[in-house]
Amino acid sequence: MTLLEVKDLKVSFPTADGTVQAVRGVSFTVDAGRTLGIVGESGSGKTVLTQTLLGLTPGGEISGTADFDGTDLLAIAEDQMRKIRGAQISVIFQDPLTSLHPLYKVGWQIEEMIRVHDKSVSKAEAKDRAIELLRRVGIPRADQRVNDYPHQFSGGMRQRAIIAMALSLSPRMIIADEPTTALDATVQAQILDLLLKLQEESNTALIMITHDMGVVADIADDVMVMYAGRAAERATKQDIFYAPHHPYTKGLLESIPNSSARSERLKPITGQPPSLIRLPSGCKFHPRCGYVMDRCLTEEPDLRPIGEDGFHASACWLPTAAAGLGEQAEEIRIKTVRAERSEAAAEIAEGIASAPESQGSVI
Amino acid sequence: MGVPGAERTAPQQADGQAAPRPESDDDILIRVENVVKHFPVKSMGFTRRTVGQVHAVDDVSLTIPRGKTLGLVGETGCGKSTLARCVAGLIPVTSGRVLFEGNDISRLSRRQMQPYRREIQMIFQDPYGSLNPRQRVGSIIGEPFAIHKMASGGERKRRVQELMERVGLNPEHYNRFPAEFSGGQRQRVGVARALAVRPKLIICDEPVSALDVSIQAQVLNLLGDLQDEFGLTYLFIAHDLEVVRHVSHAVSVMYLGRLAEAGPQDPVYDTPRHPYTAALLSAAPAADPNAAASRQRIILVGDVPSPIDPPSGCRFHPRCPKAQPLCSQEEPQLEVKAGDPATHVTACHFPVEAGENLAAAGSRESGI
Repeated sequence: MTLLEVKDLKVSFPTADGTVQAVRGVSFTVDAGRTLGIVGESGSGKTVLTQTLLGLTPGGEISGTADFDGTDLLAIAEDQMRKIRGAQISVIFQDPLTSLHPLYKVGWQIEEMIRVHDKSVSKAEAKDRAIELLRRVGIPRADQRVNDYPHQFSGGMRQRAIIAMALSLSPRMIIADEPTTALDATVQAQILDLLLKLQEESNTALIMITHDMGVVADIADDVMVMYAGRAAERATKQDIFYAPHHPYTKGLLESIPNSSARSERLKPITGQPPSLIRLPSGCKFHPRCGYVMDRCLTEEPDLRPIGEDGFHASACWLPTAAAGLGEQAEEIRIKTVRAERSEAAAEIAEGIASAPESQGSVI
Repeated sequence: MGVPGAERTAPQQADGQAAPRPESDDDILIRVENVVKHFPVKSMGFTRRTVGQVHAVDDVSLTIPRGKTLGLVGETGCGKSTLARCVAGLIPVTSGRVLFEGNDISRLSRRQMQPYRREIQMIFQDPYGSLNPRQRVGSIIGEPFAIHKMASGGERKRRVQELMERVGLNPEHYNRFPAEFSGGQRQRVGVARALAVRPKLIICDEPVSALDVSIQAQVLNLLGDLQDEFGLTYLFIAHDLEVVRHVSHAVSVMYLGRLAEAGPQDPVYDTPRHPYTAALLSAAPAADPNAAASRQRIILVGDVPSPIDPPSGCRFHPRCPKAQPLCSQEEPQLEVKAGDPATHVTACHFPVEAGENLAAAGSRESGI
C-alpha cells in the first residue's frame, strides 16, 4: 500500500549570493512496511527533501505535492502539520546529543511527546509508557534510566532513546536522517538491527537517509540515489548494487574500498559536487562524468525506465542496455560515447582523465 | 612484559634479559614499547584531589617498519588517538618508551624534541578545524618551513606551490583562504602541510572520515602515491575497517586501551582470532547486499565500559559471547595462537576457531 507519494518536489532558498536550488524536482513513493534508502553526498538535497515534507524548511520556496495517505503535506497549515509530525511521521536525526534537551530527563522528554499529542493521558500513564518504550528499544533497567539526564547516556543509548521517542505514538512512517553516522560500527549494527526489528513488528514505512552504501545494503528495500538536488537513479537494492545505470551510481560503488588488495588504486569520482547556486548546464553530473556525450552538455535527462520491471529508472542519456558493472555494459557505454561525442564533450572527458586523482584512461 | 611486536621474528626471549636486537632494526622506524598513558581524574571543588585514573593506553607495544603503513583500529574511547599523540611526542607517556630510529623520544625536552618534530607530522580528521580560517593556504603550508627555518621568501613560495601541485591543488590558489576550498581540498592542504618538511613518519588520525566517499577515494589514492614516491611511513588511525584494510600493511586492533589483536592485514581480516575483532568486522556494513544477507552479524551486548575503572581480567569479557570465568580473573597476553603465522598475535584465552559461529552465541542476549 502506498503511504507517501511525492511528486515533482522543488525547494529553493533565496540568498544574497543567488538562489540555492536544493531540491529540483524529485518524485518517489514509499509503501507501508518497506524501507526506502536515499543516498547522496553532502549537498545532494537529501536532508532538505525530507525536512520539507515535515514543514521544517522555513524560508524555502516549495512547489510540488506530497500525498501522505490523502493529505497533501505541502499544502496543510502549521497546526495540522503539528498533529502529523511526531504522531504519524516521526524523525530520527543524526546527532543524538543535540536532539535531546540536556536539561530535561530523558523520560520526561518522551512523556512530553506523548502528552502533547494526547492530553487525556495522565502523567503516571505517560511515564509507564516511556519506561515500556525504553525497554522496547533495549535500554537496560529502563525503570531507573527513565530518570536519567541525556549526559548520563552513552551515544548508542541516546540514539535508542531518540528511537523510543520516535516510536512513542506508533507512527506510520519514520524518517531516519543518518541515524548511525555518529556511532561506532558495533553500536551502528545494534541500532540498525533494532530499526529492522521494530519495523517488522509494526509495519512502519521507513525512509533511511544516508551517505553510506553499506547501511543501504543492510537495510533498504528500494534505493534512490540523489545528485545535485535530483534523483539520478531509482531501483531496488539489488539493481542499484549489481546493475547500476547512472555513471554516478557506478562511481559511488567503485570508490568504496571493498576488500580490495592494497596495491589496487581506488577509483574516485573526479572533481567536486557542483555549487547549488551556479549549477552546470545540461546533466549536472557531466563535468565529472567519464561518459560525457554532446547532448549531456545541453539537455538535462529526466528519470526514465531502464529495466523490464518498470521501477528501475535512471536520469542518464546512455542506452538502457548500459546498465550493469560487467564488461558487456562497459562496451556498450564506450561504443555509445564514441559515437555521440564531438569536440566539446571530448575536451571535458580529457580533463577528467588527466585530473591528478583519476585513472588516466580516456575513452 | 615481553609483548611481541607485530613484526617479531626473533626467537623467544626466554631468559627475560634484553635479547640481542633483531638485525632488521634498521628497517624499524617506530618502536613503541609498553607505553602506558593514564590521565588523572580530579575531584570537583577546592582540593582537586586525584580520585582516579583514566586508563587511556595500557601497556601497548607495536612497531612500524620503514615505508610501511600500520593501521590502528578501534572504537571511540579505545585510546587510539591518545597513543598517536604519545608517538608524536605531543603528550608525555606515563611509562614505556617510544623509539624513533632507535632513539627514545618519549622523555625529551621541548628543545630536544624539535629535530624529531620535523620527522613526524600529523594529518587530522577535521579539515575545517585543523586549518586557521584567517590564514591564507600558502602561509599555512609554508609555516613548517618557517618553524624549521628551512626556506624563506621566494624560495618558500616556490616550494609551497610545488607541494600544492603535488597534492592536486591549483598553485594559483596560493593566496586563498581555507573557506574557499571544499572539504576534500582542505584535506589536501593538510596533507601538503604535513609533507612540507619531508617527514619520515606521518600520523593520519581519521584523515578521511569527514569526507564524502567519492572524495575519500581521491585522498586515499593521494596518500598511497605519496608513500610510494617519498618512502613515507604511516600510522593510520581510522574506525572504518575497509579503509584501513585498503591502506595498511599490518593492523592493530585496540579495545579499551589495550591491543586485542595485531598482525598482517590479511590474516587479521580473514581469520580474526579475538572475538572483538570478529565482532567489529561483522558489524562493519559491506556495500554488497548479497554479502549482507548471508553474513552472520555478531551483535555485541551493551556499551564500551568506562576506562576509569576497566573490567578485571580481559577488558572485553563483559561483552564477549565466548566469556568464561577465567576471562574475568586473568588478563590474557598477546601471543601467537595455534595455526597462526608468527606475526599474528591475539590477547584472548579462548580465541575464535575457524568456522566457529559467534553470531549464534551472541544473539542469545542481543535482545536486551
